[in-house]
Amino acid sequence: MAIQFTLNEKPQSVDVNPNMPLLWVLRDTLGMTGTKFGCGMALCGACTVHINGAATRSCVTPVSSVAGKRVTTIEGLSPDRSHPVQQAWMEIDVPQCGYCQSGQIMSAAALLAKTPSPSDAQIDDALSGNICRCGTYLRIRQAIHRAAELHTARAKAGEASALSQARSSPVAKTAVAGGAR
Amino acid sequence: MKRSLSRMDRRNFLKTSAAGAAGLWIGFQLRAPLASFAAEDAGATPLALNAWVHVGADDWVTIYIDKSEMGQSILTGLTMIAAEELDCDWKKVRTEFAPADKAYVNPWFGVQGTGASSATRTSWDPLRKAGASARMMLIGAAAQKWGVDKSGCRAENSVVTHAASGRRASYGSLAQAAAKLPIPTDAPLKDPKLYRIVGKSTKRLDTPLKVNGSAQYGIDVRQPGMLYAVVSRCPVFGGKVASFDAAKAQAVPGVKRVVQISSGIAVVADNTWTAMEGRRALEVKWDEGPNAGATSAGISKLFAERAAQPGYVARKEGDAEAALGKAATKVEAVYEVPFLAHATMEPQNCTAHVRADRCDVWAPTQAQTGAQSTAAEAAGLRPEVVSIHTTFLGGGFGRRFETDFVRDAVEVSKAMGAPVKVTWSREDDIQHDYYRTASYARFTAGLDADGWPVVWMNRIACPSIMARFGPLQNNFDPRSVEICDTVPYDIPNILVDYQLADAGIPIGFWRSVGASQNGFFLESFADEVATAGKKDPYELRRRLLAKSPRHRAVLDTAAQKAGWGSPLPAGHFRGIATVTSYFGYVAQVVEISLDRDKRDLKVHRVVCALDCGRAVNPSSLEAQAQSSIVYGLSAALRGAITIDRGRVQQSNFNNYPVMRIHEMPAVEVHIMPSELPPTGAGEFTVPPIAPALCNAIFAATGRRVRRLPIQPEDLA
Repeated sequence: MAIQFTLNEKPQSVDVNPNMPLLWVLRDTLGMTGTKFGCGMALCGACTVHINGAATRSCVTPVSSVAGKRVTTIEGLSPDRSHPVQQAWMEIDVPQCGYCQSGQIMSAAALLAKTPSPSDAQIDDALSGNICRCGTYLRIRQAIHRAAELHTARAKAGEASALSQARSSPVAKTAVAGGAR
Repeated sequence: MKRSLSRMDRRNFLKTSAAGAAGLWIGFQLRAPLASFAAEDAGATPLALNAWVHVGADDWVTIYIDKSEMGQSILTGLTMIAAEELDCDWKKVRTEFAPADKAYVNPWFGVQGTGASSATRTSWDPLRKAGASARMMLIGAAAQKWGVDKSGCRAENSVVTHAASGRRASYGSLAQAAAKLPIPTDAPLKDPKLYRIVGKSTKRLDTPLKVNGSAQYGIDVRQPGMLYAVVSRCPVFGGKVASFDAAKAQAVPGVKRVVQISSGIAVVADNTWTAMEGRRALEVKWDEGPNAGATSAGISKLFAERAAQPGYVARKEGDAEAALGKAATKVEAVYEVPFLAHATMEPQNCTAHVRADRCDVWAPTQAQTGAQSTAAEAAGLRPEVVSIHTTFLGGGFGRRFETDFVRDAVEVSKAMGAPVKVTWSREDDIQHDYYRTASYARFTAGLDADGWPVVWMNRIACPSIMARFGPLQNNFDPRSVEICDTVPYDIPNILVDYQLADAGIPIGFWRSVGASQNGFFLESFADEVATAGKKDPYELRRRLLAKSPRHRAVLDTAAQKAGWGSPLPAGHFRGIATVTSYFGYVAQVVEISLDRDKRDLKVHRVVCALDCGRAVNPSSLEAQAQSSIVYGLSAALRGAITIDRGRVQQSNFNNYPVMRIHEMPAVEVHIMPSELPPTGAGEFTVPPIAPALCNAIFAATGRRVRRLPIQPEDLA
């Protein structure tokens, strides 16, 4: 029987085994590969998505449990890398291999939505479930502080909260290009 | 206008190479056969000047990256080097991953691949020359067009200008004419004083792809009609399938087939999770083979027995045995480390499509030509018809120099007659790695009456990585004694020898390889020598490095920046270590606090001074040092793969824990200014972190940590 939920602000219906983890529905059934498989046991955070705004490990979340809920993935965080966390990530040049970064970014975005100006300790609490084998932790912390600044500045400028308004977008098919220097 | 070599048909690629794309490209010395990317770019008028540089009619410059991007920022670094000499507009530079081809063979190991911190070092000259030649041809084309002398033209920011007449032409508009010019063999390289890209901290070109989920890793590959597979492997190394019953696995809805391949039993399904469910239901009886009784304790005992006997002499200075008899003080110690898994964030995987006359492989590989030969062998095809499409790598650390995951995918695809992606679970990844070897070290030092070392004897007993690739001479593997044989200290009598001890566990290249464990051995024992001679650990090293100015400079810098010798808060302690490996020099000072009652250790700060020649991208260098420190700390604090009944006892991040953000110390990286050619940055800052940490623990407890990972009793 089809399971219905909202994926990146669009209605989504999937007809799969209800026990199938959301991670594999996203990756294999829907072809949205931005959300990563790392451990399958909610130990590494690479598969983090938002379910009704809360950072959730999709590798242990049966797809049946998201019926009727709002799911946001890295692809839906912003249509154009404009989310303050993505902006800060580019400014600080956080990623190395990048594989864990979707999960790190989703955890960071969920943190900032609740705690707009987190301390180092709050960052550590919220991100300690996300492993990075490349060791980008210092830049992650720095980028979250920067994202908080960007978010605050935007809020002051009267923009609607970009943190709570995840919009949907297709996966960008962008060649690796310069210009970000 | 996305162009992707990864979509390119290998046969077309070869055909267009042979046809030469009629004057639209010009080869570069021996790399000529590769200069055919042009033909693929329908519509544009391109100029592929060589294996690495292509100029499009649209002014976009494409740099072909023949190295694997696994986080080390090689994609950006190599592009910076070529763009510097090409004098092109950085905002109009893009990259593509190159295919497997002889033109890209890494001179350091004779195959195309990325490892041993060799990518920047071995690309520095070829990529500068590639950029400079392309630039010279573009200038030549402009001079010809305008009927002026080349000497009056200059190139900058993708535009050639002629100052006397004020004429200008973009690179793209000159590309086709440039292609018709003779190939320069003497293109002058820039004076480094004029560098505007190399040496400046530059944002990574791949960051935008890595913040929105669009970067494509091996595990993200999708092909039309693709099936998904997982493989059940014998838990004991060297074991084989005795028999299997596929019925229950095949009964899982969505499972397509169960097939035996060389590494085990593959379950093929219409998605990854279903394949995993099928594997759970699969019944396999294993013939566990000769390693079924192996244990870590047994391996440790074997090492100790071997280390009791003299081995192959790797280094001999003076007469260590005789001098030891005359030494005023003798210091002895035994050190040991366990096996370690790589645990790349992206589990191993590969997608293959075997057809009757060709094979395509999409892989997160560090070894393109190795992947190509493995795939060819498994498919029963010639390597020439195997296309390797390199994706982004979700971590490498040496694990992806292996091609076991490629063989899996090719064998399953061949059996299924369809494209197949094989995905390893985290458990597969941790239990079927080519591990950093366990190793065992014996040391004896002799000190003179003033407490200075005059004898240094060191024996290593461990398995050999290189024995995997062919018979060893004299049972000696230089990788096993890496950096032990080149102990940098000026001591008159040195004897380093090696005892081969095969443990029956697959081992391979793990970030900094032999130096990862030998750095711990060497630099911990150097501290013991300092203590025995009542010397300050920094001063001892400093004196013994008097003849090695580059090495001494990093040591001095780390000590000064860390405030070595200055008072610390109560309960805080420092340790120091310094290593040279992979042509780089590094010293680290670690500051810890330790609550001995609670066995509670906290790493507060790491000061790292490094010298790996010219810094191409200082920002990436800083990131690599941070990364190596985290990788080394994870190993020192927790890393252990242990063996019982021939099996790995760890399986996932719960029992193979790694560092997390809340444990992250402050890291200060100091890059020594250098005009020397760049060497590699991915590994050489790993080895000193474990000994610097353990030396700090000694400062706190007076207790020497001689076995990793650090145990609670080490902190008492």
